[in-house]
Amino acid sequence: MADLDAEQKGTAQTMAARLWDSRWLLAAGIVAVLAVYALAGISAYVVLASLLLLLAAAILPATGARQSTGSGAAIEAIGLQRLSGEYLAAAVADPLIIFDRAATIVHANAAAFAAFGGIAPGMSLSLKFRAPEMQTLLDGVLSGDVASDVVDYMEKLPVERAYRVSVSSVGHATDLYVLVFKDQSETRRIDRMRADFIANASHELRTPLASIAGFIETLRGPARNDAAARDQFLQIMQSQTGRMARLIDDLLSLSRLEMKPYLKPGTEVNLRQTVDSVIDSLGPLASENAVAIERHYADGPLHVPGDRDELFQVFENLLENACKYGQSGGRVVVSIAHSDAGSEPGIDVTIRDFGPGIPEEHIPRITERFYRVDVETSRTQKGTGLGLSIVKHILTRHNARLSIKSEVGNGAAFSVHLPTH
Amino acid sequence: MQSVHIVSAYDEELKYLSKRIAAMGGHAERMVEQAVTALVNADPGLAQKVIRDDTVLDEGQREIDDKAIIIIAKRQPMAADLREIVGTIRISADLERVGDLAKNVAKRVVAVTDGRQPTSLFRGLEALSNLALTQLKEVLDVYASRSVEKIGFVRDRDDQIDAMYTSLFRELLTYMMEDPRNITPCTHLLFCAKNIERIGDHATNIAETIYYIVTGDQLPAERPKGDKTDKISLSETQPVK
Repeated sequence: MADLDAEQKGTAQTMAARLWDSRWLLAAGIVAVLAVYALAGISAYVVLASLLLLLAAAILPATGARQSTGSGAAIEAIGLQRLSGEYLAAAVADPLIIFDRAATIVHANAAAFAAFGGIAPGMSLSLKFRAPEMQTLLDGVLSGDVASDVVDYMEKLPVERAYRVSVSSVGHATDLYVLVFKDQSETRRIDRMRADFIANASHELRTPLASIAGFIETLRGPARNDAAARDQFLQIMQSQTGRMARLIDDLLSLSRLEMKPYLKPGTEVNLRQTVDSVIDSLGPLASENAVAIERHYADGPLHVPGDRDELFQVFENLLENACKYGQSGGRVVVSIAHSDAGSEPGIDVTIRDFGPGIPEEHIPRITERFYRVDVETSRTQKGTGLGLSIVKHILTRHNARLSIKSEVGNGAAFSVHLPTH
Repeated sequence: MQSVHIVSAYDEELKYLSKRIAAMGGHAERMVEQAVTALVNADPGLAQKVIRDDTVLDEGQREIDDKAIIIIAKRQPMAADLREIVGTIRISADLERVGDLAKNVAKRVVAVTDGRQPTSLFRGLEALSNLALTQLKEVLDVYASRSVEKIGFVRDRDDQIDAMYTSLFRELLTYMMEDPRNITPCTHLLFCAKNIERIGDHATNIAETIYYIVTGDQLPAERPKGDKTDKISLSETQPVK
């Protein structure tokens, strides 16, 4: 009831406002009516005419008022029409691709370039996204059967990614369509990570755990009063728990890397400075193993796009391996050089040792998880079998390549090729 | 990517061919991926799906052959167009073979996973299939972008696949020597590895065809055969500790 009252009051107010707005017109009308009255002298008509005039004044200006609010909306529409689709696409954080009726890419935003690479306007969309579900998605919307559709799309290589892809036509009769990729990788990867972690960890932790359990049993039983044996066993147990701790650290850092599939663009890494700090941090290990580290750096700036912490870990793992497994060579050479060979210019960082080298049949496989050339040496050197697979993972994310050259007896060279753009 | 012809239907037909190739390529990639997943996860259901999917590729190849012959008969193509069409026929044949090889891997799933095998047995095969799939993906990406200057990677990758295959061969041999019960699964895995290595070879063939389509020249022939399994014998193989 109160609402109705308020509404009626509002209507009355607008009526009054309209009457005030049209006061000059009204006054002129009344003057005209009076003039007619003076001339003709018919009173009944006069009252009727004045009433009509009042009514008209109260209702008619409504159109004028409507026009003034309408002009505000018109300004907004013009602003939106002037807004370039390109700007709008660039403002979207998810990869977005606009394509035409022939499935040819018309425009792709920066996020799409970063995520998929190798796409350019004029390229055929169905040639780039070949997965069967994407083909049916595109066919469906292009044939006009459906106006919009959503599908889950997985990419396994080079890094695993999952997207929820939605496609829809743009506006009316523009013959343009838009494809938006919503990244679902993280949720999927958390699930997988859990499964992987448990599988790997349980497998690799079982050996040290079994050995610790065995020693505890011995210490509580036969060796209860044997001081010398107790000390020796505790020593072994300590080294085994250390191994488990390292393993968990490595597994965690590998899992963390797998969580974020590609890099934030725009950060630069100073290789000279990064490699120098790696060498400094491994100084104690090198002197402990009696290995001399030599540096051969190219002149000029040595910058590559990438993540400093991750590249630090790459060189740390490689140099650590060189110091441990190439110990017998007595020296390790770290060199940084520009390389323009091949299709993309970049910088090569090579870490070369002069140890026993790696037999040819193992070279293609040493970046696999838990692959060890020689299980015994790996154990004594406190290796976890994950170092190189972490290296490989980080390098994949940097679009970089790891090449390994080695001859038995002549040491090994691990070369990282980092593209400069 | 093609020059515009006076008869726009001709363009449409050529576009349709490349679209069909892309669809076949996507299908082949998916089949290989799923066949290896089925093998690693011991999933006979997925393996059956891969086996059924192979008909799609067979049909695809037949359709492309038909369409290509009709275009040649109707339009009398020359130069780049003719190369494009002949190339399409060759690529579709390669992709169909890739599908057959994936199907063969899928067929072995039941035999390999008959008793539960340790995961270490499959790790190498997974790495090999990742290499082969990357090769296939990159080659098909070049087909989409026509940037043949990037085709140099194909041979590097092929060498990697061969080296990986050789290493895997040796590893499987040692498992068989350790325990005769391993012989059945390992023999099947050897065939699976061989199939995947062949998939890499088909990808290389496709790369050569693409190079020919785009440039009109053959990719210079410098392909030393990197697969050294023909020289592996039991005497030099040491059991894995």
